[in-house]
Amino acid sequence: MSNKYIITLYTLPALLLLLVLIYVPIALSGYYGLMDWTGIGQMQFIGLENYANLMKDEKFWASAGHSFLLGIFSVLSLLLYLAVSLVLVSKIKGSDFFRKIYLIPMLLSSVAIAQLWLKIFDPSNGMLNKLLEMFGVENTPVWLADPNTALYAIFVPIVWQYAGFYILIYYAALKNVPEEIIEAARIDGATPLQIALKIKLPMISAVFKVTIMLSLVGSLKYFDLIYVMTGGGPNGASEVMASYMYKEAFELNNFGYASAVGFGLLVICLGMTWLTSRLTKSNDDVQY
Amino acid sequence: MKKKAFSAVASLALVGGLVLGGCSSSSGTSEDSSGSGGDKTVVKMMHLWPEGSAKAQYTIVNDIIKNYEKEHPDVDIQTEILANEQYKEKIKVLSASNELPDLGITWAAGYMQPFVEGNMFAPLDDVLDGGLKEQFVPGTLEAFQTDSKTYGLPLELNIAPVYYNKEIFKKYNLEVPKTYDEFLKVVKTLKDNDVTPITVGNKDRWTGSMWYMYLADRIGGPETLNNAINRTGSFEDPALEKAADELKKLVDMDAFVKGYNGFSNDEAKGYFMNEQAAMYMMGTWELPNYTTSPDVAQDFKDKVGYFKFPAYEGGKGNIDSFVGGPGVGLFVSEASKVKDETKDFVSYLVQEWGKRSVTEAGVIPATKVDTANTELAQMYIDILNDLGNASNITLYADVQMSARVADVHLNQIQALYGGEISPKEFVKAQEEALAAEKK
Repeated sequence: MSNKYIITLYTLPALLLLLVLIYVPIALSGYYGLMDWTGIGQMQFIGLENYANLMKDEKFWASAGHSFLLGIFSVLSLLLYLAVSLVLVSKIKGSDFFRKIYLIPMLLSSVAIAQLWLKIFDPSNGMLNKLLEMFGVENTPVWLADPNTALYAIFVPIVWQYAGFYILIYYAALKNVPEEIIEAARIDGATPLQIALKIKLPMISAVFKVTIMLSLVGSLKYFDLIYVMTGGGPNGASEVMASYMYKEAFELNNFGYASAVGFGLLVICLGMTWLTSRLTKSNDDVQY
Repeated sequence: MKKKAFSAVASLALVGGLVLGGCSSSSGTSEDSSGSGGDKTVVKMMHLWPEGSAKAQYTIVNDIIKNYEKEHPDVDIQTEILANEQYKEKIKVLSASNELPDLGITWAAGYMQPFVEGNMFAPLDDVLDGGLKEQFVPGTLEAFQTDSKTYGLPLELNIAPVYYNKEIFKKYNLEVPKTYDEFLKVVKTLKDNDVTPITVGNKDRWTGSMWYMYLADRIGGPETLNNAINRTGSFEDPALEKAADELKKLVDMDAFVKGYNGFSNDEAKGYFMNEQAAMYMMGTWELPNYTTSPDVAQDFKDKVGYFKFPAYEGGKGNIDSFVGGPGVGLFVSEASKVKDETKDFVSYLVQEWGKRSVTEAGVIPATKVDTANTELAQMYIDILNDLGNASNITLYADVQMSARVADVHLNQIQALYGGEISPKEFVKAQEEALAAEKK
């Protein structure tokens, strides 16, 4: 009996924090979405008008498209991270050293990463174009300044930024695969490739599913590098949902509409979370 | 279930951030210039020049306050100081709960509009009557006016000349261009010699807008653009389209630094400071870099000159018209309980500031400056003289426009520079945005 009170008591602080910091603001932003509000002065109730506008807002859907594109890229890059972890875990020389190297971007703040890559992408003095020029490329691309390349150019540092995080997760998961199973397979004559594909990967499939969801949702609400590196430009070519929301709220003083955008973003994220969990669902976690 | 909840929470964090951002009550450095108010009249003032990052401005304001309190022993002025962005945030929060300080800093036109509409700022026309109005440079107060009432007293004034590297010009035997044709020849010569003619950081967009505004001014005269924005004219005016066409020609000549649409203003400025580009147009807030700043090598400072944007043959504008505008100004809160005392102090502050800001902080005030008795770098004296002879100052287009139309304008600027749209589409999109707002 008293057990229940104690459980309540112990969970109460976390529950209150969650409520005050997360759920109440969500409800509030849904509510602000019903308002015409500049952020200053009086709110005016306008019903679902903001949400109706959101539905037919081409700029929002264009930025949603960019966010989804980023999501696809991030999920695909998970395969790359996984491949790297598989190599690292196979006790090659210096794997410890490499693991630490891959972790470094994770320790840098996004703004520092943005500044670093801004220098790399600089069309005249940047490292990348200097390198291209060395190989004899004329008319080197202008990367962030060209609407056709800006978005993809930013994907590169984003993929680079999160490499350490996912490699660390995969590495830890792969380390947890029991040595005996691998040993047994080896005695049965399995090649290293077979061990990797048929034993290690199935054993960490649960972890893989979680990372898919993390990277997808993380991409959909991604903001920092894009904001610092292009500000969503040129002319909206690299705008994503979160940067669009920020712009509406803090640059165009349109808090009501921005709240509606934020709420739309939330709905999309929830929808995608549900969808991925459905798609990756399998009843039997692999056990050997 | 657990992981679902986790990623849901992760996705919500951002949304929560938006709302919470509005509620944060950052407490700034509060400075009490005297122990307790006692029975003195307390005037609360907020400004955005912290001692650490803007020492000169901080000292001037502090001195003025001290002198005023000496002359008015019954008044106690308390200041609260926040850096730029925090200041903007806090003012927004305070205004939402109607707790603005008695006296504070505001920006012109578009920024100020919601405050004026919300009845937060007091009209200051009574302060201006009796001689103060005449002390301001013509065109500066207008930016703080709505319905012919003045809601702010500007402290700063900036115009945008074209800075150029004298050494590069000399190397290729170039003269300062007086007409636009001469200017194009300068660009072409530089280009032929593989020198970047102009650097512009058009990621920030307002930077590119200044070049367009000058072309519009020189071709159509100052009224054309202003009228298009205040709706007595049209943005599809042939002069405005021609200006866009001229800008497109500049772009096609490769006049601007490679990758301009991806550079912030600071990055683009680097090309000029490192002598990789010959010309750079920017507001006069850059002047310290070419005159007094200890962080810039004297060697480079000596190489920098400036010229007025050249005249366009057959155009209606003249060479003495400038693009520019007042920076920050002072507002008095409508809800203030000590409005009379505050207004008296505002008038004092603005005049004293005008006497000291340019010599001590390198900030050109919006009030007229007597250059005769001051020791100033030559470039300041030249600019101040040009200001004295200015036929017109056109306020930055994105400041004149409402935030939403300004965003359309700035995006169109970026698209025009990027060659994504034709001059015709450029003017059409802005006409539509302006017309839609008028409805």
